[in-house]
This record gives sequence, C-alpha cells and structure tokens, in this order.
Amino acid sequence: MKRISDAGSAVGASTRSRRATQGRRELRVALPFMLPGIALVVLFVVYPIIRGVQMSLYDWNLMVPSQSTFVGARNFERALTQDPLFWTAARNTGLYALITVPSQMILGLGAALLLNTAIRGRGFFRALYYLPVVTSWLIVSYVFAYLFSDAMGPVNHLLVNVLHVVPQPIDWLNDSWATAEVPINLLGIWKGIGWNMVIFLAALQSIPHELLEAAAADGAGRWQSFRLITLPLLRPTVLFVSTMLLIGAFNVFLSVTLLTGGGPQGSTEVLLSYMYTQAFKYLDFGYGTAVGLLMGLAVVLLSLLQRRMVRGAVEL
Amino acid sequence: MGGLGRAVDLARRATRSRRTGSVWVRLLVYLILVGGAIIMMLPFLYMIATALNPERWIMPNPPTLFPPNATLDNFARAWNEAGFQRYVLNSTIVSSVTVLLTFGVATTSAFAFARLQFPGKSLIFGFYLITMMVPDMIALLPKFSVMRDLRLTDSWLGLWVIYVSNGVAFNTFLLRGFFEQLPRDLEDATYVDGGGAWTVFWRVLLPLSRPAIATLAVFTFLGAWDDFWWARLLLQDPDLRTLPIGIALFFNAHGTQWSTVFAATTIGVLPEIALFLALQRYFVSGMYSGSLKG
Repeated sequence: MKRISDAGSAVGASTRSRRATQGRRELRVALPFMLPGIALVVLFVVYPIIRGVQMSLYDWNLMVPSQSTFVGARNFERALTQDPLFWTAARNTGLYALITVPSQMILGLGAALLLNTAIRGRGFFRALYYLPVVTSWLIVSYVFAYLFSDAMGPVNHLLVNVLHVVPQPIDWLNDSWATAEVPINLLGIWKGIGWNMVIFLAALQSIPHELLEAAAADGAGRWQSFRLITLPLLRPTVLFVSTMLLIGAFNVFLSVTLLTGGGPQGSTEVLLSYMYTQAFKYLDFGYGTAVGLLMGLAVVLLSLLQRRMVRGAVEL
Repeated sequence: MGGLGRAVDLARRATRSRRTGSVWVRLLVYLILVGGAIIMMLPFLYMIATALNPERWIMPNPPTLFPPNATLDNFARAWNEAGFQRYVLNSTIVSSVTVLLTFGVATTSAFAFARLQFPGKSLIFGFYLITMMVPDMIALLPKFSVMRDLRLTDSWLGLWVIYVSNGVAFNTFLLRGFFEQLPRDLEDATYVDGGGAWTVFWRVLLPLSRPAIATLAVFTFLGAWDDFWWARLLLQDPDLRTLPIGIALFFNAHGTQWSTVFAATTIGVLPEIALFLALQRYFVSGMYSGSLKG
C-alpha cells in the first residue's frame, strides 16, 4: 500500500517537473513578444497609479518629493466633505455622461438602422457622419466656440434672425452655467454619433437575415422584430459601447477648457479640469491627484453598475 | 401544400417589402439621412466658409456659408505664420513614430496572447483589460511626476513613451481579437516546415492582418496628432512643439480673428480626414472585430 502511494507521488512529481520545464520553454518563446508591452504598461500605466495613491496621501511637493508632508486621508476628506467646487465638477461630469452617452447611442443606432437598409450612398453617408470622430478635439472646440459666439455666431443668428425664437443674442459661453453647458454637451454628442453608428452598423449586419425574414413571415412588424430580435442580439454591443462611452465622457476636459475655461465663475468645471487647476495653478499636486483617483474609482464603479443595468434591461 | 405555398409567398412578399420598402418610406429615410448629414457637416462648413472670408478683421454679418469674394489668402497667412510649418512637420514625425512603435509593441503582445501558451497568460491579459477600464487622464499628475523623475520632459521621447504606453492595452486587445479569428492551417504548416514563432508572426499572421493594422494606424496616428495636454505639459522648447500647441498659440495670439484661425485649423484637419478616407474601408471591419471578440 505504502509503495503504491510512493510510486504515485513520484509520478506526480515527474509530471509536475515536466510541466514546469515545458512552462519554462513556453515562457522563453513568449517572453520576447510580451516584454515590451508589459514593461510599458507596468512602468507607465500601473506604476503611476500606485505613485498616485502615494501622492494623494501627501501635501505633495513636486520639486522636492522628499519634502512632502504626510497628511493621511485628508485630501480625500477635503474633496468629499469640504469642497463644494469638487462637487460642482463631479455634478457637471456626471451630467455630461448622463446627457451625452444615451444621446450618442440613440442617434448612432438610429443612423445605423437607416443605413442598414438597401439604399444608395451608404458609404457616403457613413463617411460624413464619421468625420467628426476623426477630427481633433482642439479644432472642433474652437469651431463650436465660434458657432456659439456672442453677437455674430451662427447659432445666435439662426435663433434670433431666422427662427425668431429668442429676442436677442445669447452669450452662450459666458452668460450662465445652463447656457454654457449647451455647447459643451452638444459638442460631445455631435462628435460621438459617428463612432456609435459604425459599431452598431457592423453589429446589425452580423444579425442573420433569416431570423428577420422568419419573423416577417410570422407577421411581425418592423417595430416588433426590432424589439424582439434586433435589440436582444445587440446586447453585447450595447454593453461594449456604453462602457466605452462612459469612460470617454469622464475624460471630458479639453473642450470645457477651450469653450468656457470652466467659467462662468467655475460653474462648468469638470473633474479633470478641476484636477488640472489644482495641480498647475495652485501647485496642490496631492489634492489634484486625490481628485483624479476619486474619479477613477467612480468610473470603475459606474461601469460595473452599468454592466448589471444593461444585462437587466435588455434581457426582458 | 397550399399552406406551405402561402407561407413561402408571404415570406417572399415580406422580404421584398423589407428590402425595398414603399417609395414614401425610402423618401423619408433619405430625407432624414440628408438632414442629418447637413447637421453633421455644418460646423465644418462654417469653419471652411470662415476661412475663405476675405475680411481679415470683420466677420460677415449675418454669418454665411457662402462668403462673397472668397479667397485663399487666410490659408497662405496661416501657413506662413512663424513656426506653423515646423509644427506640421513635428506633428507628422511625432505621430508617425508613435504609430510604428505602437505597431511593434501591440502586434507582438497580441500574437503572444492569441497564439502562444505560457504560464500566467490569462492573468496578464485580465490585467491589461483592467488598465483599459481606467481613464488614462486620472493619472495625469503622477505620470507627469514620473516623467520628470526620469528626465523625459522636453523631448519627443517622453511623448512617445506616454502615447505608446497608453495605447498598449487597447491595441493588444483589438489585435488579439483579430488574430484569433484567423485560420490556423497556414501557421501549422509553417511550424511543420520548421519555422519558429517569429516566422509565423512576421510571415503568416501580420500579412493577413491588414484591416486590424490599418485600424491601429488610424487611431494611433489621430490620437498623437490630436494630443494637446501631454505636448503642452512636456514640451518647453518651441522647436519641438506640435501642431495642437501651435494652433492654440495661434488662437491666443489672434483672438477672435476667426478667418485666420480657421484657415489654420482647416490645414490641421486635412491630414486627419485624408487618413480616414484612405483607410476607412479597412478599419471599419478591423474596429468591429476588436470590439466584439475578446
């Protein structure tokens, strides 16, 4: 009995060691392929986050890091409990996500559905709708600043002189929080529709024709087959798109800086612009980093929540 | 029999109506598409119309899409503005090298994830996926501090490090999805013929992956061409500045002299649009395969 179990463990040991040798051989082949990527990710993506956690616990001195003062969780406490401007920035960022993400998805899916029919000029329309996606944020922000500019901007011209819905030009970017948020959010939606359209179009084209034809034969109308066949099959796409858009929405930064500079009176500040101001205007790197980390945490939690919601909503 | 015939007939009619629709439905679809296209294009049209405006200091009032006496003078002025040509050249170099480096790093990693077996593989891949979920800007400040410590400020090397490392996870994910769809027969044959992993990677997989590589090239180039914050944070030497910095300086210097500003931005947009139009037929499929596999 004893001998058998000894033999068994000897066999086990030799398989294990063979597996280990094989693993080492595999690693030798794979390592040169993996190494540059892993090195870059570890050094310049992961390490800075760890470093950020450290910085956020200090009154960080950028010039001489060793002279930084440890303050514990005070930077986080300050953001969460004592700083109304942080909450203004958080509210604006959240609102931007809440407005631009669903709008982009609905308009993008709508465009995709229209282009998924047998009409001429599909490639042409697709390219036109996609153009805003490939143009730089800097440039389109300046263009929107012009469109919404005070006295002679095309938007004011349209509203005042053509449609006569507003008595006099609105100073969109400087008048108030509400007017300044309009161009910021419209820019976000306009720039993203094309990306949504392309992804949804590709997903729609992967839906087997026979399914829709069978539904039509069973007497399903367009709306019914959309709701009962197309939409459930789009679920993975909806999940992917909404996650990417949520992350993108939290990255809103340059457009706000260029359109309003966070004004009027800091009312349109978003989390990233607030983080930037704290660091490079007030040289408060520890606090700025804490703001950035809080935002990262919010994004991760919200994407997890969104995952559940999309599952629940489309699984009907 | 009659029932089956009727069903087939019904199905055929349904199919036909779905494909062609009635004239009115088609007309409506076109109207919406054209209306949408006009709205999507209006900002660009206003930008170009403004750039063609002959008055340097006065904007046409009311704003118009068809300025009388349109002229290309603004383009000449923007192009000959001090530093502008330099910025265009710098951006071209910085963005092209970013594409080459990203291509090198991401294709090799993706090959390892898609085709090689090694211990810890799924763990490392999961790790890549997690880094994709975190917006890269949240670590702007610690990254800036790391770059300072490594003396990577005030050089293009610093920009390349940032751009490439930011793109590794996403591009690896995209390419891995693409590689995994490719048939394995050719690879197996290459291995049988005595080829190693590098031969398979370079001679077999890469030539089959043009759509995914085009996708990588377009997005990586545009990302680098578009970047404002890192260029602004890292570059002090005016000779190293990239185009977004140049355009922002230009805007600050010329205030609301929109005609000149928009001539400059139109020049800045052209390479982006040209690249997109040249490669779009590849990258639509490349982007999709990356998005849903994985």
